[in-house]
Amino acid sequence: MTNNAPASPDAVCKAAEQLDAHVRETIQWHFSPETGAPFWLDWAKKAGWDPRKEIKGFADLVRFGHFEDEWLRGGPVRRWVPKGLAQKPVFVFETGGTTGIPKSRIVIDDFRIDYEMLSETLPDSHFPKGANWLMLGPSGPRRLRLAVEHLCQHRGGVCFCLDLDPRWVIKVIKRGAMAELKLYQEHVIDQAMTILSAGHDIKCMFVTPKLLDALANRLESGGSSIRKAGITGVFCGGTEMTTQWARFAVEELLGPEVYLAACYGNTLMGLARARTLEAKEGYKILYHAPQPRAVIQLADLNDPEKLVTEVGKTGRVMLTTLTKEFFVPRFFERDEAELEPPCVQFPWNGVSGVRPFREFAATTTVGVY
Amino acid sequence: MDDKDTMIHFPILRWGEPYKSLEVDKVYHHATGELMAEVSQANAGLIERDMRQAKRAREVLREIPCKELLAMCRKAGDLFMTATLPAGDGTQTPDEFVRCQSATTGLPEHMSRMNMTKLHYVLSNLEAILSSLTRGLDFEILTRGYGMENGVMRSYQANTPVLGMVLPSNSPGVHGLWLPIIPLQIGLVLKPGPQEPWTPWRMAQAFFQAGVPKQAIAIYPGAAEVGAAVLAHCPRTLIFGSTATVERYHGNPNVQVHGPGFSKILLGDDEVDQWEKHLDLMATSIAINSGRGCINCSGVWASRHTKEIAEALAKRLGPIAPLPPSDPKAALAAFTVKGQAEGIDKDIEAALKEPGVEEVTAKYRGGERLVKMERCDYVRPTIIHCESPDTAAAKKEYMFPFATVVKCPQDQMLAKIGPTLVASAITKDEKFRRALLDARNIDRLNVGAIPTVQLNWLQPHEGSIVDFLYRARAFQEPAAAAGTR
Repeated sequence: MTNNAPASPDAVCKAAEQLDAHVRETIQWHFSPETGAPFWLDWAKKAGWDPRKEIKGFADLVRFGHFEDEWLRGGPVRRWVPKGLAQKPVFVFETGGTTGIPKSRIVIDDFRIDYEMLSETLPDSHFPKGANWLMLGPSGPRRLRLAVEHLCQHRGGVCFCLDLDPRWVIKVIKRGAMAELKLYQEHVIDQAMTILSAGHDIKCMFVTPKLLDALANRLESGGSSIRKAGITGVFCGGTEMTTQWARFAVEELLGPEVYLAACYGNTLMGLARARTLEAKEGYKILYHAPQPRAVIQLADLNDPEKLVTEVGKTGRVMLTTLTKEFFVPRFFERDEAELEPPCVQFPWNGVSGVRPFREFAATTTVGVY
Repeated sequence: MDDKDTMIHFPILRWGEPYKSLEVDKVYHHATGELMAEVSQANAGLIERDMRQAKRAREVLREIPCKELLAMCRKAGDLFMTATLPAGDGTQTPDEFVRCQSATTGLPEHMSRMNMTKLHYVLSNLEAILSSLTRGLDFEILTRGYGMENGVMRSYQANTPVLGMVLPSNSPGVHGLWLPIIPLQIGLVLKPGPQEPWTPWRMAQAFFQAGVPKQAIAIYPGAAEVGAAVLAHCPRTLIFGSTATVERYHGNPNVQVHGPGFSKILLGDDEVDQWEKHLDLMATSIAINSGRGCINCSGVWASRHTKEIAEALAKRLGPIAPLPPSDPKAALAAFTVKGQAEGIDKDIEAALKEPGVEEVTAKYRGGERLVKMERCDYVRPTIIHCESPDTAAAKKEYMFPFATVVKCPQDQMLAKIGPTLVASAITKDEKFRRALLDARNIDRLNVGAIPTVQLNWLQPHEGSIVDFLYRARAFQEPAAAAGTR
C-alpha cells in the first residue's frame, strides 16, 4: 500500500480523536491564567464563557467564530506571547506591509518544528543530508527566510540567502513600472547566479515558481541548467503554484533527475506538506495540514458557515492553528481550493488546486517572486 | 457542441506545435450558457522559454521571398473565408466559426461575417497595403537588409524577430492590424482575448494550410500574467487596452498600444447649418459594429445646432433594442463579461448629474438603458448633449453605440477634443483645414463627409506597422564588394 492510498476508516477516526485531545490540551494552555496569552485571556473575559470548560473537541471551536487577522496589526506584540513561554526568546514575523502597518505573528519554536516535520518528507536521495542550500525567496521580517535556513541546518547544511524585498516589488508593480520590475528580478537572479558560481557545492534550494522560471532560463541561456548547476532537489512554495506550472517545471526546467517538492503555508498556519508530484496523477498538487498542529477546512463559497464535506468540491480555505505558541481558530484565508480525501500518510482531508479566492483574485498582486 | 467528446479544445500553439495545458478556461455561449470551447491556458514561464526560439520564426520566414509570402497570405484569406479548417482538435466551417465567435463575444452573427470580410479584404490586398506603407520599397531590401533603390542605398533592420500581441475579445475587426506581419518576415506571438480564441486560431490554421511555416506562429491563451509575459519577452508588442493601459505604455518605443479611439465628427461652421445632410454619416459612424470599434464615433462636435443634432441622432438610434444574435437586423452586441454593462450604465448616470449634460435618447427608447438578461447584458444606444466641451461627459467613450454631441466654438475645438484616433471634419474652410492638418492630437484625419469607420487600409493606423518593426539606417560597402552580389 502506498502513502497516497486511501486511509482506513479506523485511521481517520484515530486521527480525529487525536485532534480532539490536542484541541482540549491547547485550549487549556491558552486560556489558563498561568500559561495563556494576554490577548486570549482578555478575549475570554469579554466573551463571558470559559473555553476550558466548554470546548470538548475540534468541532466546538465554532464557538470562537472566525479569527480576524486585523487583530494582528500593531502592538503591543507581547499580548500574543503565552505567559507559559514568556521567558523564551521571541521572533516576530510579518505579512503584507506594502502600505500601512503589517500583520505580525510571534513565534518561538513553531517554525523550526514545522520545518523539521517537513524535513521528514524530503527524500535524502535528492535533498542529501549535509548538502548546502540556496534560499531564493523573500528576505526581511518573514518566516520563510529563517525557516528555510533552519530546514537546511537541521539537515546538516549551510544555507546561502539573498536580498529580496517583496514590499518594494509590489510598489513597483502598482505603479506599473514593468521595466523596473524586470531589472529587480534580474538583480535577484544575479545574486543567485553569483552564489551558485562561487564553489559552495549547493545541491538544494528553496525557490518560488516565478524565480525558478527566471533562474532556469538564465542558466540555460548560458549553456547550463538547474541540474548542471548541481541542484538535485528543489523545494518550491511562497506563491500560487498551478498543476500546469508544476508539470512545466518538471518536464522543461528541471528534468527527471531533479526532485520538485511543493509546500503551502503562511505565517499564521505553518506549513502544509504536499504529496509527491506525479505525472500519472496529472501533477496534481495536494496538500495536507500538519494535523493536529494545524487544520485546513473548506467553507462553502456561498455560505461561509457551512463546511465543504464532499470530496472534489470547491471552498474557501479556513485555517485553524493549534500550537502552544499560537492559537488561531477558523481563520478565512485568501485562497480557495478543492477538498481531497484522507490518505494513508495523512489520514485527514487535504486540499488541491489552491489559488487566490475568486473575490480577491483580481486585486491580488503577485510580484517577481 | 455541449457533448464533452465533441467540444472544441484549443491547445497552446508553441511555434505551431499543439501543447495541451493542465489548466483550461471554459468559454460559454453568452445567451444559452452552452459550453462552446475549452482553451488551454499557458503559464508565463512557457513564453519566456519559447521566446528563446523567436529568432527561428524570422529565419524560416526569410527563407521564403516576400512575394511568395504575399501569395500565401492571399490564399490564407480565401481559406479563412471559405474553407473547413482545423479548430483545436476538431474542424470548423466558416458558418460554424461565425456562430461560435458570435456566441462567445456577444457580437451579432452578421457583424462577425462583416469582420470576416474585412480580414479577407486585408489579406487579399496585402501587397498594395505593404507597398503603400513602405512607399513602394522593393520587399527584397527588407529580406536582405539593404539594396539599391533609384540609385540610393537603402538599409532596413528588423527591430525584432517576432511581434507579440495581446489581443482583445470585443471587436474581431482589429485582427486586421496584424495580418501584414507575416509577409514582413516577422513571426507572430499571439495572446488571444479570453472570449475570442476563434480568429487567431483560424487565421493561424489558414496561414499554415497556405504554406506559412508553423515555426513562425505561436499562440498563448491565458490569464493576465501571460499578457505580461508576452510584453516582457517580445522586443516589440502591440496591445489593446483601456486608457490606463495607454498611459502606462506611453513613450515606450517597444509597445504600440491601441486603446479607446475617442473618434469624432467635427462639423465646421461653414457646414453645420446643413447638418441634416450628414445625419446618416453620423449615425453610421456611431452605431456600426455595435459601436465596439476604436474607429466608431463617440463625439459629434459643432458650434451650433447641437441640440437638434442630438435629438435627430437619438430619434434614429434610441429605439434600437437587443435582438437574437442570429437575427440579421441585430444591431447591438451583448456584454458577456459580468458587471461590465452595469458599470457602464452607472458611469453614464454619474456623468449625467453634471449641469449642462443631458441624455436625449431616453424618450425614444421606451425602456431602460441597461437590459439585463439571464447570462449577459445589453446597453441600448445613448446620445448625450453637452452644453460645453468642459463637461466630463464630453470625453466619454464606451463599447456600445454611444456618443456625446458637444457644443463648442470651432476655434476651440482642436484644443478641447483631446486625443482622437479618427477625426472626420466636415468643412471646406481652408483655415480650419490647415489647423486640422497640424493638430497632433488627431491620428487619422478625414476632411469631408467620410464616416469615421471608413478605413483606407493603404494608410497607417496609429503609426505605421512597418516603422514599428523596421528601422531605416545607413549602410555602405565598397563598390567592388557590391559588384559581386
